[in-house]
Amino acid sequence: MLKGHQSWVFKNRPVIMAAATVVGPDEGLGPISEDFDIVHGDLTLGQKTWEKAEKALLEEAAQRALDKAGLQGGQVHFYIGGDLMNQIISNTFAARTLNMPYLGVFGACSTSMEGLALAAQLVDSGAAQYAMSGTCSHNCTAEKQFRYPTEYGSQKPPTAQYTVTGAGVAVLGAQGDGPVVTSATIGRIVDMGIKDPFNMGAAMAPAAVDTIQAHCRDLGIEPGYYDLIVTGDLATVGYSIANELFEKHQFPIGQTNYQDCGLIIYDVNKQAVQAGGSGCACSATVTYGHLLKRMEKGEIKRMLVVATGALLSPLSFQQGESIPCIAHAVSIESGGLYA
Amino acid sequence: MANNKKKNMTMTQQEYQQLAKEKEPPRPVLKNCIRAFLVGGFICLIGECFMQIFIHWFGFTEKTAGNPTVACLIFISVVLTSFGIYDKIAQWAGAGSAVPVTGFANSLCSAAIEHRAEGLVLGIGSSMFKLAGSVIVFGTVAAFVVGIVHLIVGTGG
Repeated sequence: MLKGHQSWVFKNRPVIMAAATVVGPDEGLGPISEDFDIVHGDLTLGQKTWEKAEKALLEEAAQRALDKAGLQGGQVHFYIGGDLMNQIISNTFAARTLNMPYLGVFGACSTSMEGLALAAQLVDSGAAQYAMSGTCSHNCTAEKQFRYPTEYGSQKPPTAQYTVTGAGVAVLGAQGDGPVVTSATIGRIVDMGIKDPFNMGAAMAPAAVDTIQAHCRDLGIEPGYYDLIVTGDLATVGYSIANELFEKHQFPIGQTNYQDCGLIIYDVNKQAVQAGGSGCACSATVTYGHLLKRMEKGEIKRMLVVATGALLSPLSFQQGESIPCIAHAVSIESGGLYA
Repeated sequence: MANNKKKNMTMTQQEYQQLAKEKEPPRPVLKNCIRAFLVGGFICLIGECFMQIFIHWFGFTEKTAGNPTVACLIFISVVLTSFGIYDKIAQWAGAGSAVPVTGFANSLCSAAIEHRAEGLVLGIGSSMFKLAGSVIVFGTVAAFVVGIVHLIVGTGG
């Protein structure tokens, strides 16, 4: 149901029946490695190409999520997914294996919450009994497509971010046990004229702030409603800018605990990841792995996940275009307790 | 950023860029220079060692020892790139590992490895010079211009 200008409230409270995460070696060395279902020690996953490895990550996560939910692939009505690759090949090819009716979406690193919001909308409206949403990214495929060959020796500036290798999948159902998706806010494109693809955090921060404020305005709530508000992949630079913008807009972010997935997934001081994590899998693995587990333990009752995406292409950057950014917010609450 | 670049931007965008600039951690230029000096110098030192070896043990002259020396450096660079070590060195060394001939070899080798998956012709063949191509093009253009100047000024020959 539409609420306010750009938000949906899900009256029927679609349930996240199960979620699964698969990550690569660097995420396995990070501070939240215990929360992932599968940690791969090998970046190639035994595949011949990086692209195949990325697809394999998603297939594994999807299978694990289905197993946890106790569903067969054929029972899921729709699969919504996207990734960073050209023509979102990782999701399309994984959907070929999954053999489900498939909707491909592209929102760069905001895909995780874009997919979850759409899946929740399908289940809430009765368009689906079960829907699945997933996304993946791989450090090497992203480097290859957006930057330089992986083994090329170029020095990265301290503002650069490290693409997360991993995949996160959530299965939503109309009934069941588990955390519920209560509302979502679809972001609009915000472009502040930042052109540096090595400073995505700064480019995306205004989009995150815009969506968070829109969410609170549409729903008529204060940020203190949530125990945790978490942005997708702003990393060190973007996170500090977002805090500054909240202060400037006199938005009381201090009422809640505001964090960033790009800073949760890695130990920025110990791991060579420059400013922090990024990529579709960053918000997906942190949310579906770490944060949902914390919710299960009762540490979090309500959270707002704001996945941020930089919608640039290598071509648009070379042609001197600035980076359009977007952020989608999804509110997840622990089921039952706050019904 | 120069002002003429900003003239197409709104007030808010300009203000934001100012804020973003302040929050951006600066590149450690001095540290990078020192590291580049040390690593670049060390690579040249290795080259010099090879050169002396070729001159004293293999009967090369100072003029002819250059080619086998460069070949050795390229070989070492390619091996390090293939084992995934060169990019780690480069993150630490910056220009120190990018400027010498080893950096050029790395750019060719890394592109060749990366695009092997797309096949020999469409992958390695067409993508190998993705990074090094511009060095060759502009290197040739620069050499041509310098050559012409050389000829006109009369210092040629």
